[in-house]
Amino acid sequence: MNVSEIQTFEHDVLVIGAGGAGLRAAIECSARGLNTGVISKSLLGKAHTVMAEGGMAASLGNVDRRDNWKIHFRDTMRGGKFLNQWRMAELHAKQAPERVRELEEWGAVFDRTPDGLISQRNFGGHRYPRLAHVGDRTGLELIRTLQDHGVHQGIHFHMECTALRLLVDGGRIAGVAGYWRDTGRFVLFRTSTVIMATGGGGKAWNVTSNSWEYTGDGAALAYEAGAELMDLEFTQFHPTGMVWPPSVRGTLVTEGVRGDGGILLNNKGERFMFNYIPKRFAPETADTIIEADKWPDDPSARRPPELLTRDVVARAIRAEVQAGRGSPHGGVFLDIASRRPADSIKRKLPSMYHQFKELAEVDITTTPMEVGPTLHYFMGGIRVDADTQQTNVPGLFACGECAAGLHGANRLGGNSLSDLIVFGRLAGVGVAAYLSELGTTPRADDAQIISAYREATDILNRETGENPYLMHEALQDVMSTNVGIVRTGPELQTAVEQLKELKVRAQNLKAPGTSQYNPGWHEALSVKSLLIVGEAVARAAYIREESRGAHTRLDFEGEREECARFNVVTKKGPDGEMQVDKVERPDPPKKLAAIGYATLEELEGGQVE
Amino acid sequence: MSTRTFKIWRGDSRGGEFNQYDTDVDEGMVVLDVLHRIQALQVNDLAIRWNCKAGKCGSCSMEINGQPRLACMTRMNSFGPEEVITVQPLKAFPIIKDLTCDVSWNYEQNKRIAPFKPKPRGRDGEHRMYQQDVDRVQEFRKCIECFLCQDVCHVVRDRDHRDAFVGPRFMIRLASLEMHPLDDDDRVPEIKKEYGSGMCNITKCCTETCPEHINITDNGIIPLKERVVDRYYDPLARLARLFAGRKVRTKTRTEEQSR
Repeated sequence: MNVSEIQTFEHDVLVIGAGGAGLRAAIECSARGLNTGVISKSLLGKAHTVMAEGGMAASLGNVDRRDNWKIHFRDTMRGGKFLNQWRMAELHAKQAPERVRELEEWGAVFDRTPDGLISQRNFGGHRYPRLAHVGDRTGLELIRTLQDHGVHQGIHFHMECTALRLLVDGGRIAGVAGYWRDTGRFVLFRTSTVIMATGGGGKAWNVTSNSWEYTGDGAALAYEAGAELMDLEFTQFHPTGMVWPPSVRGTLVTEGVRGDGGILLNNKGERFMFNYIPKRFAPETADTIIEADKWPDDPSARRPPELLTRDVVARAIRAEVQAGRGSPHGGVFLDIASRRPADSIKRKLPSMYHQFKELAEVDITTTPMEVGPTLHYFMGGIRVDADTQQTNVPGLFACGECAAGLHGANRLGGNSLSDLIVFGRLAGVGVAAYLSELGTTPRADDAQIISAYREATDILNRETGENPYLMHEALQDVMSTNVGIVRTGPELQTAVEQLKELKVRAQNLKAPGTSQYNPGWHEALSVKSLLIVGEAVARAAYIREESRGAHTRLDFEGEREECARFNVVTKKGPDGEMQVDKVERPDPPKKLAAIGYATLEELEGGQVE
Repeated sequence: MSTRTFKIWRGDSRGGEFNQYDTDVDEGMVVLDVLHRIQALQVNDLAIRWNCKAGKCGSCSMEINGQPRLACMTRMNSFGPEEVITVQPLKAFPIIKDLTCDVSWNYEQNKRIAPFKPKPRGRDGEHRMYQQDVDRVQEFRKCIECFLCQDVCHVVRDRDHRDAFVGPRFMIRLASLEMHPLDDDDRVPEIKKEYGSGMCNITKCCTETCPEHINITDNGIIPLKERVVDRYYDPLARLARLFAGRKVRTKTRTEEQSR
């Protein structure tokens, strides 16, 4: 193989992933005069961002004037059980409103308040109505706005192109080796900076809201290049995924259903969430049906327990099902039909109405939905600097779901879309700063390029070997059985052992057919990423011996004070084995700590600077 | 569970043929589930484009028993119990392989459309729009770019007219800009001369096909045609403009530049 014969592009920056974070990052890079390339596994506008439904959180204060960044910040930290990176949560809460307004400048059409401003809806864990939204298709609005704006910014979009390996020169980023999915041909990007915006790795589980693209490629490629991963033990199970029919098990049912008044019931017709209110949230949560039903019209009423954070609701649903109080297909009932008039449901939740009608033959305006937990989101990911989004690998940046830090142990709904636009932009700023101080341009040697391609083609060239689809299913079984919504030490050890065996078998994956648009081959390459990410999640979950946020250990109940002092960091050790460490958290800045730990009365009474 | 027969088109730009596959089908499955099962167990390299599997991304567009459909939203129980299901790629676009085709032409059309041009913000720094004024634009913005409307459009399907008409998807994109309360651009000359609003002969196949149930023809294309008529062909409107001394653009920007 001769490297000079491979199709080659030269960019200042290559963004990997074209969801909300990748597009926002690319727009920023281009605005700063950089020659910007974007590669995406799918066509433009198809990334998983389109599946985001409920909205993007920003303290615009359009619906309730009392909202401001400090309250958003406090909600985010409490939701994350104080394991978030303080500075990231601060930047996010402060900058989200401006980023949302910028989308309007680029053509986004959010739902409106009666006086013509961007409307905001209630969501779990958010003190005030805070989510800018478009019905229940906010993600589509976000991605289309960025896409239609982005195509006029001189960005080079390379669609249906997959990254195989990050190329380095003396430890610094020097390029990316990739291939075109449609032709199977190889392509080389020479670039001194890469922004990872590849999303999470939900496809390691069999019940997930994630699409096929969510195979942890960003985290895996970064890991192989020496980057540190963080907080991977925190995988969010969204409480409400569809449970029936089997083929759509896991598909997301937006939290907006509960935000707009939906309630959760067990098979005895009880609103069971009243039995699961954690101490930390008790002062701010209604404890009777009478009070909950008065919300939100009566300002003195506290929020209904259905709007507790996702980790709490998901565990409660699991407990109800285990106690035999579940729905016929192993979930619980989510009822909006008896709470709101049919036309209001269709207007506020059109795609939920459509989704249930078409896929489950259920009319949600007359019948309760059956829902259960589904793997939805990675709070953890690539470890980055809060201000620049740079990793420990010079020239490598990450933003969006594939980066760690903002959400801590649990993400609030609506904080993901705002995460994408806030940190997508900051990654672009970070790249520009890095390039302005870059001395000599790094250049990847031919050997690593050729080895990346050879590893990929081996899968095609083998005579016989393992079926990539079945290998993926085996991996999902390991993760779903042993690294689920609740975990134990022995199960996590089992997962690590079984993943090791799968890794050995994965050396012998075989994709029949040619390299032209060959999903079996693509699947085989994804499995390699999933194995790395799956192992990292299992190992991180094993060493966090407590239950916090989305991470629940049956053998270590409750939060432990000493565990609040570290984040779990994973990297490739010098021996090539995965190395997992507890890394001590620095003390938070005093001002931020004062806001984060303040009571609502203190904060809203203006007693905190 | 039952056994069903699928006829799937397999091949590439050089040609191909229908191959037959028998497979088990479980309760509640959609066509995409069955294709995935065939892919995993029988033909590992069967090319299919898909993403969300919930009707939200518009990737898995194909022709199922001759109808342009999203495979993820086509339930198996919508077919007769013995019915053979025939699956092939969209006809309007060049085939890449099996069920995938090259839809890049659509992305080129989108790029031709001048970007959103916002009015300045109000004195309070806000953009104000009222829900009743954005309802119709929001309808168009539901579009998931599945390109099924492009596939059934007679004008787009007949490749001779490709350069003259951007197709229904981009007519409603233009409508979403033209009717956007904040968009400050005048797009009428381009809608007539460059994007080809006159080419649509209102057979409404696009509207019938749209999985998002967007009323493409009635709410999008016809109002654009009316705006073109008002500008170019309504003598009363022209007289009124003449007396009022109001000038409107009738030449496209390209025409103005080449003058």
